[in-house]
Amino acid sequence: MSRSFKIDRKYVPMLATICLFVAGYVIGAIQYPGMARPQTFFNLFIDNAFLLIASTGLTLVILSGGIDLSVGAVIALTSVAAAYLMEHTGLSSLIVIPLMLLMGAAFGALMGGIIHVFKVQPFIVTLAGMFFARGMAFFISLDAITITDPFYRTLSLARIHLIGKSFVSVHVIIAFVVLAVFMYLAHLTHFGRTVYAMGGNEQSARLMGLAVGRTKVLVYTLGGFCSALAGLVFSNNLLSGHGLYANGLEMEAIAAVIIGGTLLTGGVGYVFGTMFGVLVNGLIQVLIIFNGELSSWWTRIVIGLLTLVFILVQSTFASMRRRQASIKPARKRPAAASDGLAAPDTPPS
Amino acid sequence: MADSDQVILTMKGISRAFPGVQALQDVDFNLRRGEIHALMGENGAGKSTLIKVLTGVEAPDTGVITLEDKEVQVRSPQHAQELGISTVYQEINLCPNLTVAENILIGREPRRTGRIDWKRMNAQAVDILERVDIGIDVTQTLGSYSVAIQQMVAIVRALDVASTKILILDEPTSSLDTYETDQLFSVMRKLKGQGTAIIFITHFIDQVYEISDRITILRNGKLVGDYDTNSLTHLELVSNMLGRTLVELDSVSKSRSKLVADGHTSDPVMQARQLGSTGAIDPFDLDLYEGEVVGFAGLLGSGRTEIANLLFGVDKPDHGTLAYNGKAVKKFSPLSSIERGVALSPEDRKAAGIVDELSVRENIVLAMQANRGWLRYLSSAKQTEIADKYIKMLNIVTPSPEQPVKNLSGGNQQKVILARWLATNPQVLILDEPTRGIDVGAKTEIQKLVVSLAEEGKTCIFISSELEEVLRTSDRIVVLRDQEKITELTGDEMNETLIMQTIAGS
Repeated sequence: MSRSFKIDRKYVPMLATICLFVAGYVIGAIQYPGMARPQTFFNLFIDNAFLLIASTGLTLVILSGGIDLSVGAVIALTSVAAAYLMEHTGLSSLIVIPLMLLMGAAFGALMGGIIHVFKVQPFIVTLAGMFFARGMAFFISLDAITITDPFYRTLSLARIHLIGKSFVSVHVIIAFVVLAVFMYLAHLTHFGRTVYAMGGNEQSARLMGLAVGRTKVLVYTLGGFCSALAGLVFSNNLLSGHGLYANGLEMEAIAAVIIGGTLLTGGVGYVFGTMFGVLVNGLIQVLIIFNGELSSWWTRIVIGLLTLVFILVQSTFASMRRRQASIKPARKRPAAASDGLAAPDTPPS
Repeated sequence: MADSDQVILTMKGISRAFPGVQALQDVDFNLRRGEIHALMGENGAGKSTLIKVLTGVEAPDTGVITLEDKEVQVRSPQHAQELGISTVYQEINLCPNLTVAENILIGREPRRTGRIDWKRMNAQAVDILERVDIGIDVTQTLGSYSVAIQQMVAIVRALDVASTKILILDEPTSSLDTYETDQLFSVMRKLKGQGTAIIFITHFIDQVYEISDRITILRNGKLVGDYDTNSLTHLELVSNMLGRTLVELDSVSKSRSKLVADGHTSDPVMQARQLGSTGAIDPFDLDLYEGEVVGFAGLLGSGRTEIANLLFGVDKPDHGTLAYNGKAVKKFSPLSSIERGVALSPEDRKAAGIVDELSVRENIVLAMQANRGWLRYLSSAKQTEIADKYIKMLNIVTPSPEQPVKNLSGGNQQKVILARWLATNPQVLILDEPTRGIDVGAKTEIQKLVVSLAEEGKTCIFISSELEEVLRTSDRIVVLRDQEKITELTGDEMNETLIMQTIAGS
């Protein structure tokens, strides 16, 4: 009865973000009638599909207690490599797409392998990966390459109609499939639970007999795969590839994951929440566009503040819990009990 | 009543040496079905090494382990688990962010068509917990429960992973309050009733008498004996644990103790009034005077280290006041203590004192440099001069001041720490177990040094598990038991019997 009304505390950060998004959107829709149009809402997904894909992969990495800074660079590399292969070698996009996904997964697996085998900080390894991928993108081509592959163009322009005249792109469908798959992985598979266990306490996870090493490599492999997929979506959207694309995007993805309610130190959070982290990011951009007077840099400022607020709230929660755990009655065995036990077998001395 | 067919485990003639220490020497141990067996001993007695041998973490140099009449070689912790030996450590090796159910069942989650069946998992977890009479919401995260519950979840997991015949509980009660301890004990009794043999490691004497059937006592890597709990008095237990150092040592001059015993002419250097910290040490009064050595006697966990940490400002008190030279101390931190002239040589020199990679010289000037402030750099000539002075004074055996400290023997490392604090010219010097793990000769040297420092007018607190040592060096002895200061002994009261009786609480 009353139980069904009680909100579990573990959902609070995610629910806060969802409320924030809904409230923000409703207020926006009241102020700017344009925002009330269904298509504006769907555009939010269309414009942010690639960010959603990348952030979803990153959520798993962060949940496992790691971090991946190479997200933006891998997006750029994928866009350039795909464009180069299609335009300068004449390969069909049907070959290039799986090839790029494979490359991203392999790149992630390599980083995960290094992190696991050499026990290096993920921050360092993925930072190196970031520089490497960004460098490779410019090595392939200094200039932007326009993609003319017919299938790629078809894919880019395809519209899936929903209610009335409003529509979404194929990218949105892809993003939702990725989201669903990752939600399944995270919550309903042994692999996913191992990821959470690792994020909670890696040492314990190992002692509990969980395959920590294998899981870690797999997490970064999936992360790399998602980055490459996001790169394909990104280049498909713009029908071009360039080494400058998605500069600093990893930071936006990290912010989206945190705003979505995932603990930066790992172990706590929901893949589903990340979607709202991404949507909040998109919503602020939309609000700024509709306002028409604010500089677009306000997006960054607001996202920065939100990230800070979420991290502060989480760390206050964590320290509150610690304090709660440490406050307990002074430990004292009652003297009477000790005397009572001592009396029968202790001779008077 | 002890039928041999009740014996589930025998360890015979177990020895294990580490570089420089004989951790276990010819130790026998046996365990019966359905008993709670306390394993007792001070630090370095060999308890943890014995457990490590039993759980396959360390291989014994010699000795035979027989499990259910079959000779076994425990190769690894995993192998131990397969054999039915499970361990639950003091620090809980579970994931606080996962639910209780997951913590019990992760790795063996019930599945339906490949995916985790959460409903069945939760139901199973409830079942398993009910077997030990714990009814909690298994869908909550483990971290939202008390340490006691977490501890019991760890036990339940250990029992469920393998068909556990032997359960080892390594200091499970050290962070539990009375109520939680009782909860844990009722689970232990339940398991005992089901035939599980439990090895219970603790340093709380009352708890041993409350729950255990038998006690095995180790000291300095050797077996003292095993006893039925109700035929061993508290006093016998304590004296068996602390023992006597049989090696004859150089006598330490104590001529000046009369001077102190005659009554203090000056005001106390440090004065604690009802100083205490919840969960660490009950409020106590303590006066420390110039030129005396105050010994702390008590078992591990009795509060002796906790007092040292409070006086030095490592831990902050939540009770009472501390005055230094008549002025109330407001800021509790190691740095402000150093500035006041208080120094602490910590119990675990490996973890909290010595910086392994740095040279002898660098280790010696470390505290002094901190005291001066990092901006006022000490020239290297000056540093070498100071290092040389203390190497000579304390007789530190090292090829050169530039030798990394990790290459020195334990006794010499301890002297380097002493030198570090002496270089800051402290008024009060707190030495927590300064002679642990070092050879007899070095022990005497350090004892003599402590006495001579007091003669120079410094105040020393001397903490040691070895009663004899405390008696030899101290002018006054503070006796502690179960996180409480029981009494202070001076003059003729300072004898082994009275101290042991006080510690045993009889």
